[in-house]
This record gives sequence, structure tokens and C-alpha cells, in this order.
Amino acid sequence: MPQPVHDFYQAMADRVGRSLADRDAEHQVVVQVGSATCEHAAGSQAVADELVRHIRASGRKDILLHRTGCTGRCSREPILGVRLPGRLPVKYERVNRDLVHRIFTEHIQGGTPVAQHVLDHEAGPLPERELLFCEGSRCHGSGPGPRERFAAMLAERGVSRESVRIGAASCFGACGLASDHLASAGPATYVLARPEKVLYRVTGEEDLAAILDGHLIGGQVVERLRAQEEPIALAFMERYGDVAFFNRQSRVALRNAGVVDPESLDEYVDMDGFKALADVLERRDPDWVIGELTKARLRGRGGGGYSTAAKWTMARKQADATRFIICNGDEGDPGAFMDRSMLESDPFNIVEGMIIGGFAIGAQRGFFYIRAEYPLAIRRIQQAIETCRAHGLLGRNIMDSGWDFDLEIRLGAGAFVCGEETALIRSIEGERGQPRVRPPYPTDRGLWDHPTVINNVETFANISAILRYSGDWYARLGTEKSGGTKVFALAGKVRHTGLVEVPLGTPLARVVNDIGGGVTGGRELKAIQTGGPAGGFIPASMQHMEVDFEPLQKAGSIMGSGGMIVLSEDDCMVDIAKFYIAFSQDESCGKCTPCREGTTRLLEILERITQGKGELSDLDKLERLARLCQRTSLCGLGRAAPNPVLSSLKHFRGEFLAHIVDRHCPAKKCVALIHYEINPEKCVGCTICARNCPVACIAGTRKEAHVIDQAACVKCGNCFDVCKFAAVDRV
Amino acid sequence: MTTCPHCPTDNWPELERGYRAMLPGDVLAFIDGNRDREHSESLLIATLHMVQDHFGHLGPGHLEAVAQLMQIPLAKVTGVATFYHYFRLQPRGRYLINVCLGTACYVKGAEKVAQKLMDELGIHFGETSKDGVFSLESTRCVGTCGLAPVVMIGEEVHGPLTPGQVPALLETYLARAAEEMAKV
Ligand SMILES: Cc1cc2nc3c(=O)[nH]c(=O)nc-3n(C[C@H](O)[C@H](O)[C@H](O)COP(=O)(O)O)c2cc1C
Ligand code: FES
Repeated sequence: MPQPVHDFYQAMADRVGRSLADRDAEHQVVVQVGSATCEHAAGSQAVADELVRHIRASGRKDILLHRTGCTGRCSREPILGVRLPGRLPVKYERVNRDLVHRIFTEHIQGGTPVAQHVLDHEAGPLPERELLFCEGSRCHGSGPGPRERFAAMLAERGVSRESVRIGAASCFGACGLASDHLASAGPATYVLARPEKVLYRVTGEEDLAAILDGHLIGGQVVERLRAQEEPIALAFMERYGDVAFFNRQSRVALRNAGVVDPESLDEYVDMDGFKALADVLERRDPDWVIGELTKARLRGRGGGGYSTAAKWTMARKQADATRFIICNGDEGDPGAFMDRSMLESDPFNIVEGMIIGGFAIGAQRGFFYIRAEYPLAIRRIQQAIETCRAHGLLGRNIMDSGWDFDLEIRLGAGAFVCGEETALIRSIEGERGQPRVRPPYPTDRGLWDHPTVINNVETFANISAILRYSGDWYARLGTEKSGGTKVFALAGKVRHTGLVEVPLGTPLARVVNDIGGGVTGGRELKAIQTGGPAGGFIPASMQHMEVDFEPLQKAGSIMGSGGMIVLSEDDCMVDIAKFYIAFSQDESCGKCTPCREGTTRLLEILERITQGKGELSDLDKLERLARLCQRTSLCGLGRAAPNPVLSSLKHFRGEFLAHIVDRHCPAKKCVALIHYEINPEKCVGCTICARNCPVACIAGTRKEAHVIDQAACVKCGNCFDVCKFAAVDRV
Repeated sequence: MTTCPHCPTDNWPELERGYRAMLPGDVLAFIDGNRDREHSESLLIATLHMVQDHFGHLGPGHLEAVAQLMQIPLAKVTGVATFYHYFRLQPRGRYLINVCLGTACYVKGAEKVAQKLMDELGIHFGETSKDGVFSLESTRCVGTCGLAPVVMIGEEVHGPLTPGQVPALLETYLARAAEEMAKV
């Protein structure tokens, strides 16, 4: 039987294999620079320019400058990676022009890494090789057992601990693979050997010994123990496995971020890109696709957590054969940026997910709806769409299958409500983005009244992985109710800000403390905000709960799209609740009264409280109004807008009472409730505060204690910030 | 295009010429290219984006020209232009400063940075400095929360910023503006 799609894919994969092999043969050294909005903001373009200059000046032709998307390690960008043949890849943090010069001369030319600038490197020499032990909770032999045993064996054989590093990592995703079940029964642990990039499956002490003697000492790959199938994030782990921030994550949706050049179709194909689509088009069985998604227990990542398989099924069984599929890239939650990163760093993956979705529901056209604030994401997706068209992956007769489908981009224009699906549809139609009553749901009557499926960017990012590695595999990564992983945008008062992808069911504390490095500045954790303006707060006392749709909801918050803001004892909960209500009030489209008026009145009351003019009856009013707004608003914006208020009232009522009864802001944040005083004991009379006071209300002469005129003070806090002797008190 | 099937005015050719003269060539080509497509009115927002990219804002004349050439009621065009925050109806300075007031930036002290910008420039949100170099706006998250607090100037993102760094940052843009002015 002829297999045109298979032949098409094979020809493409072969061409890519040859061209990349040629490229690698020419280049011994690979220098990698991130190229995404956040990397650019940190200065990665200047770094890349400087590198190009150095490479040119050196006359070397064997150095490849590889541009990738971003890994999501925001607070350490720009990141620069150097790969020399046979050595562990080295990543540098916060690179600037001067550092490029040092890295180029000392490391690339001289062969010695500049240790003190290596990403997340504490001290001491860099190891030459590394063995990473999977310690994911789902690996059969989880826990530090095999790793500690191996370390002990190393010591027995007198191998220096400095040259070989023994590390622990979260789930490689190998445990659920078919080959894992076919292989000999009994508990197994996976071990990744770097830089050889060999994955071993270890079941007992003899295996450990074989790796030690054969691989480490003998320098030979122990073929017998080699894992049969490459797990999903192997390429990522190979490059970033030594960094704790990364190796405690499980990367599925973000597997290619920071690994491939987002503008290169070849590199995406090299990571098994479009293999899933080829499989889908070869089988020509939409039910198989939906069946796998059902098994995967994939739930929408845009906030609601609705079953993707169920949504696709509903659209598919409509009588109307004109159907559309839409990718929701509006990312309205202020404080979330995972969708941007996926669009910028791995655009072909999202495109592939959408094509598969289009096939499964029987659509002819698809739309990307991307917010205009993301110009680079728009450019990358546009480029990916055009490249796919030019290579027979979009348009007519996709992959020689005889099936036609095309994609286009529509831009948002800065309206949060347009993330809501019915408003988004109105916006694509060229109208004001105001929601309408559901039902009918978009799967019945959506864009131009035809059946329409809308999914979030991250939902699409998972599709190709699920079909490639099976729904069962994906389901096993997650929990009973929700399969797979979730990407969180970790920001706020946390040491390591950035993108974190963990299996659903991971304890929150693990995300914030183990991966995020805990709260900044040695402060105490107060709460974790999830779900943005539609979500709520998880107090520090509940930080051990699992992240999943239901537990978060039970705690009075929601999963939302994945924004995770860490709040410390310096943050006032009343103030943050006010911040969110101000946001929702501003973004309310005005169509329905409960939302338009409700958010306005809620805001008024909260303002009163933060100004120290609140009354006890206000708390009652807040609650009643919030419930009313929840019950009677037209769309999800109004229905969810009161969540931050209710959730802060539930967990932090005491803070509201302090504002109202004691006229005191415990976090010392609300300007109306604090004032500044200079402690005469500590003040040395350096005059810096007086010089920085915008209203000249600080009196005092040099070497004498200064005094603030409280009547004139505008409480800007400049004096507090500039004093080097901690002599200014905020009370 | 000399006749318009939808509008029975006998002076349409003349009017059309006037409206065409108000919009740049790429926008005209975009409108013409889409006229016969199904659901061409859905490209209104895309068209407005192009016009704003070109002029920096959407003036009353631009809205009317778009309405006439796309054959969409002016009331609807105005309705759309005013609904979306991204569209600006007033001219703006050479550099648009967008202070992020998203959650991550807010908890990291974006308000102080915003205050400093207002003090330095002597303007509030929505205003343009006297020399016409800077306009100040606020936005909700530019997607670089990891660098909070951030300020976006043109298409460039700066962060993390402290109020103390604001004057120097403005200086670099002032110098750039002076350089560009000197060239023309
Ligand atoms: C006010 C409001 C804003 C929303 N914003 C977004 C958004 O920015 N991105 C998104 O994917 N979903 C957003 N949603 C959810 C969408 O309506 C829709 O449920 C989602 O895109 C479906 O995709 P999923 O099933 O893959 O999650 C929003 C919903 C509401 C009510
Ligand atoms: S909150 Fe400011 S960039 Fe996201």
C-alpha cells in the first residue's frame, strides 16, 4: 500500500538529517545565545553582536553561533552557552560584552571555562562529566537510594568527586514509555550520562557497577543498559541538566525552548517535529487523535481546565461542516508570560498542534489570536506559518495527504476581556470585543456562527507530544484527574523568576522553594497568588498542597493560565486585592451591570479601607457585593473578578481588621496608614535624606540628627530607601 | 476602483481620491487586496493596527478614510478604535514610554518608577512631554515579569529598574532623539 504521507515525512526528515549533519561536521564549537523578548531586554542582542565580532576576528570557521529561544531563566539572562566537543555544555549567566571577551579568549580559544560566571554555579572547579539520577516521584525506584549507593561506590573505587558530578533530576518522562514496560520487570531508575548523552535504565547494584566500570572508567557505552527509546526532554536535559532550576522540572510543553532555533524548521524537524502530524495524516482517523487526548486526560491550559478531547468531540459532531480552530494567545493575566515564551521559542510546535487540531475537528481554517503587545511572538508565528506553507506543511494537500488547511494571524489590541472566548470571536470578526451569553457555546456556533474550537497556546503545545509518546504516557505524568504537566510563570518576591514546568500534582512549595529558590531578601513567605485577576491567594500555611485544578479551587483560588506571584510579608493583602479589582474594573467591557458597577463599588470600598477610612460594616458589604457580582455577571471576567477579594478575606481577614480597627497596615504598605520618622540615635547627619526629599521637608544640618516635618511629608519613602544607616523608620 | 457598488453618491470617485490620499500605500494595498475576500470587514482591527503603526495614532481623518474605503460605518470604526486600549486617538511623542503596571511589576515597586518618570518628565499618564520626545502610558504586563519592574520604550524593554536609574535612561533616549533630529 502506498504511504504518501509517510514518504513525504521520510524525505523531509532525511533532508534535514543531511543538512544538519553537514552543519555539525563543519562546526566543532557551538555558542548559543537566547533570542526572545526577555533575553533581548536583558541585552542578548549586544552579546550576540559582540560574539560575531570575536568569531570574525579570530578567523575561525568552526564556531557556530546558535540562536535559540529562551529557557525561562529570566533573572539570570542573558544566558550564553558554550559547547566544546566531548565536554559538558557550559552556560554563563548575566553575560555582557566584557564577559563575552573573557569567555571567548579563555574558554572557547583556551579551553578553560570562566568558572565564576557559570550559571548557578556556587564555587569550586567544574566537573568534567556528570551522571544525573532520575528521582521523580513517578519513577519506580524514586528517592536518593541508587544515587547515594553510586556515590559510595565511586568513593570505594577512588574516583575523584571533583571530576564526576552525581546529580539528581526530576522525571525525565521515560518511566511511562512503552519500552519501559516491555523491559524486564522490577523497579528501575533512569540515569543520564553527560556529555555522552546516554540514558541508562538501571535496576540494581550490578547495573550501577557496570556503568561505573564500563562507562565511567572504561569509557565504553554499556549498550545492554541503554534505554530503548529517547524520552521527551532528553535534548533539554542534555544541555541544562546540571542546573537545579531546570533539572527539577519536567519539560514537555517547553521541551524545545532554549534548545532549537525558533526560526529553523530543520531544527524542529530534528526534534521529531511534524512526526505526530505525519502519523495523524497517515492514519486519517480523527477518533484516534481524540482517543489519545482522552487517555491523556489533557485539560485546557487557558484557565478553565475543560477536557480538550470533549471540546474537540463536540465540534466534530456538528452537522455544519464549515469549522474553525483558534489558538488563544491573548495572555491577559498580568504576571503571566508562558504563552509568549512558547510562541517565541518553539513556534512550529504550536503550529503543529493547531494543524492536528484542525484535522481532528474537520476545520478548513485556523486563526492565531495574539496580543499586539507581543511583537516578536507575532513575527515568529508569521515566519513559521510561511515556512510551513513553503514546505507543504500548510495550505493545499498537506504532506501529500490530499487534505487542505491554512492558518492566519489576527492581532489583539489590548483588551483583557478578549481572552474570553466569545469576546475573542467578536474581535476576530472585527468588532468590539464584548462577550455574549453562552450557550450556544463556540463549539456549536462560534466564529461567523460556525462550529469553532478555541484552545490556549499551552494546550496546543502538548498535542504533538501526546501523540508522539501516547496518551497513557502523558496521563501518567499527572494526577488522577488531570494528565501531564503545567507551565507556571514564577514572578514576584522569589529568588529565581522564570518559567517552571512541573507535573500536575507537584506541591506548591516545591515550585516556589526548591525550584524558585524561596523568597527574596530573607523575608517570610506570606502567600502565593495563582490565577491572576480571576484567582486567589494560597496562604503560606497551605504551601504544601498539590497544584491541580480541583485542590486550588477548593482553597478558593484557581489554576488559571499559570501566573504564580510570590508575596512576602512586605506585601499588604488588602492592597493586592485592591490592585486586582482595579484591574478588573478597568478591563470590564461595560456590557453588563453587575460587573461594570460591581467592580467599581468593590474598588471604592477597598480604597476606603486602605486609606484608613474603612468601617466594620464594609467587610459585610464587600462579601455581599462580591457574591452578587459572581452570580449575576455575563461572562467569566465579572464572575471571577471578586475572587481575589473573597480569597483574601477568607485567609487574611485579620489584615482587613487591622486596617479598619487599628488603622494600621501590618505590611507597612498603605501610604495613608504609615509615616516616616528619623531615629536620632542612628542618624549620623549625612544629609542624604534631605537632599533626596522631593518636598524639602527634612530639616537638619551636617553631622546632626535630622527631623521630618510630618505635616509637609508626602510619604514618598525616598529617605527610607536612600538612608545608608537604617536610621529612617517606617511606622 | 472608480465605481463603488455600495454607495450611490455621484461624486464617489472624487471622494475616494481624497480618502486614498490620507492613507499610506501599504494600507491601501491591504484594503484593496481584501475587499473581495469573504468576511473582509473582519480585517478592520488589522487595518487600524497598520494605520497606527504608520502615524503613531489614529486621527479622526484616518478613521473616516478607513470607514469609507472599507465600506464600514464610521460609527462602528470609531466604536472599535475606542474600545481597544492599544489604539491611541491622540498624537504622541517620538518615544512612547509604557510603564508596566502588571502584578509582578506592581509588587516589585513599579509605582515608584512611574512616579519618578512623571516627576522627571513633568507629565501624567496619557500625556506627551513639551519637547514632543516622550509620551507616557501604562500597560498591563509586557510578558517579561521575570525582569520586573519593567518599562518599555518603543519596542525596547528595560528592567529591572529602580527610580534612581530613570534619569539616566531618559538621557540616553534624549541623546538618541537629538542625534536623529540632527540627521534630518
Ligand atoms: C476574562 C477572561 C479572560 C481570559 N483570558 C484568556 C487568555 O488570555 N488566554 C487563554 O488561553 N484563555 C483565556 N480565557 C479562557 C478562554 O475563555 C477559554 O476558556 C480558553 O482559551 C480555552 O482554551 P483551553 O480549553 O485550551 O484552556 C479567559 C477567560 C475569561 C473569562
Ligand atoms: S507584570 Fe510587568 S512585565 Fe509582567
